[in-house]
Amino acid sequence: MIRAERKPVSEIARMLAGKKKVLVVGCKTCVAIGHAGGEKEVAELVSALRLVNAKEGHGWQFEQTVVERQCEKEWVRPIEEKIISADAVVSLACGLGAQTIADMYPIKQVYPGVNTMFLGVPEEQGVFVEKCLACGECVMFETGGICPVARCAKSMRNGACGGSADGKCEVNLETDCAWYMIYERLKLQGRLDLMTKVVEPKDWSKSHAGGRRKIVRKDLLIQPTDRTGTEVKK
Amino acid sequence: MTHVSNLQKVMDSGKFGVTGEIGPPRGADPDHIIKLARELKGSADAYNLTDNQTAIVRLSSIGSAVILMKEGMEPVVQMTCRDRNRIALQSDLLGASAIGVRNVLCLTGDHQIFGNEKSAKGVFDLDSVSLLSTFRNMRDSKKQLSGEELEAAPQIFLGAAENPFGTPYEFRALRLQKKVNAGAQFIQTQAIFDMDWFERWMAEVRKMGIHDRVHIMGGVIPCKSLGGARYMKNKVPGMKVPDSIITRMKNAKDKGQEKEEGLRICVEMIERLKCIEGVHGVHIMAVMWEEMVPYLVKEAKLLPRPIL
Repeated sequence: MIRAERKPVSEIARMLAGKKKVLVVGCKTCVAIGHAGGEKEVAELVSALRLVNAKEGHGWQFEQTVVERQCEKEWVRPIEEKIISADAVVSLACGLGAQTIADMYPIKQVYPGVNTMFLGVPEEQGVFVEKCLACGECVMFETGGICPVARCAKSMRNGACGGSADGKCEVNLETDCAWYMIYERLKLQGRLDLMTKVVEPKDWSKSHAGGRRKIVRKDLLIQPTDRTGTEVKK
Repeated sequence: MTHVSNLQKVMDSGKFGVTGEIGPPRGADPDHIIKLARELKGSADAYNLTDNQTAIVRLSSIGSAVILMKEGMEPVVQMTCRDRNRIALQSDLLGASAIGVRNVLCLTGDHQIFGNEKSAKGVFDLDSVSLLSTFRNMRDSKKQLSGEELEAAPQIFLGAAENPFGTPYEFRALRLQKKVNAGAQFIQTQAIFDMDWFERWMAEVRKMGIHDRVHIMGGVIPCKSLGGARYMKNKVPGMKVPDSIITRMKNAKDKGQEKEEGLRICVEMIERLKCIEGVHGVHIMAVMWEEMVPYLVKEAKLLPRPIL
């Protein structure tokens, strides 16, 4: 899921200077499961901001709410009145949720209450690790199901580099070297021939490097029809 | 071809090659390189110019190479994938070849987190292996990575690094093979302190027949101090410094002879490298101590350098 971390209260408080009616909106999906922006975290942030308010006298009035999926307009629309009556909206959803509100209500000032971090998994209680970079061209079929693009600090396609020591990454000695793991995995599977193949450079144009990406599923589009019910070509 | 690399000629002719290394300064003053060049001239067949080593901003490798060539010496331009994408790397190879650079060392590069611009965005569009194959195709097939034809091919002797001491250990000879398959003609290894380990690795390399396909140059670093040796042992990922070296440096320190002992160890390493089948040269990385290279090659009886 999408992993996020709440911004420091002081940073959020600075964004809200001069505002009066503040709406804090959480999301019940990724950020709730990741303990960053669900119902509980919304309540915690509002409590913390109230303390700041009491101490510094900003005159903030808070409203708080949580939507099912902040990245989808259908789930945002039901809280429209709350958004319209606020001076500022603090979104505790990921960057997608915050932008959904911002794009739907361009006049409203929407502030990110979290830093969206990565696509990751809970490794153990309270520990989340990055495992996918959404690069647009999955290569795991030849790396034993371990993504080197996200898990190698240099996104190498022909690792391990010379900095791999005791199976750990030179960038952070607590992080496993992705290519060490790939080697061990492929060995276990009897596929070490994949390690000796010279892998061509990745096509980064399929990632964000190729510009903002968009998926259009023609089979899912709602086609306009004429009076007879015949599809009209756009 | 106007001329081929002197380094290539030396090793192709079966002679034991020597490369040194010059770390460019953290400023625009060429005098540092000129001074070192004059001290080192005649001690090695070619000299590596590091490419923003450990991600510290320094005078560029190609810029340094021009200064070195003006002194009548042959550069090995190091090129890392950290700071440049495939457009810049290919462009710089063409530029390097055009100004007369004949040796390029293809590296992935130290991660930017080690340097003095920690907020930098690392590029890593390619890695050392794909950089090698890209450059080889530019030279041999006159084609850039996209497949488009070049107007003129670069003339270049292609090198790479390999670390016999990195993990996974059993993959390290295979990775060397992979680099040779990708186009590496010479290899400069990570600094060797554990020579027994290195010899075992070389035995594996010979068993695979890789030593006949590439010039392997063993990397050495003279220890300037006990602290330096300890730093390399404990702080540099992928380096192996055995306790015996630390003990020797410690005993020497007690006698006030650290530097002498560091140089002695280094000469011993070179002497051993000369005897290993399949090792065709030595790469001396006298980091911040470049001026000792002439002494080391003299003591290791590698002088005079052949003129071919």
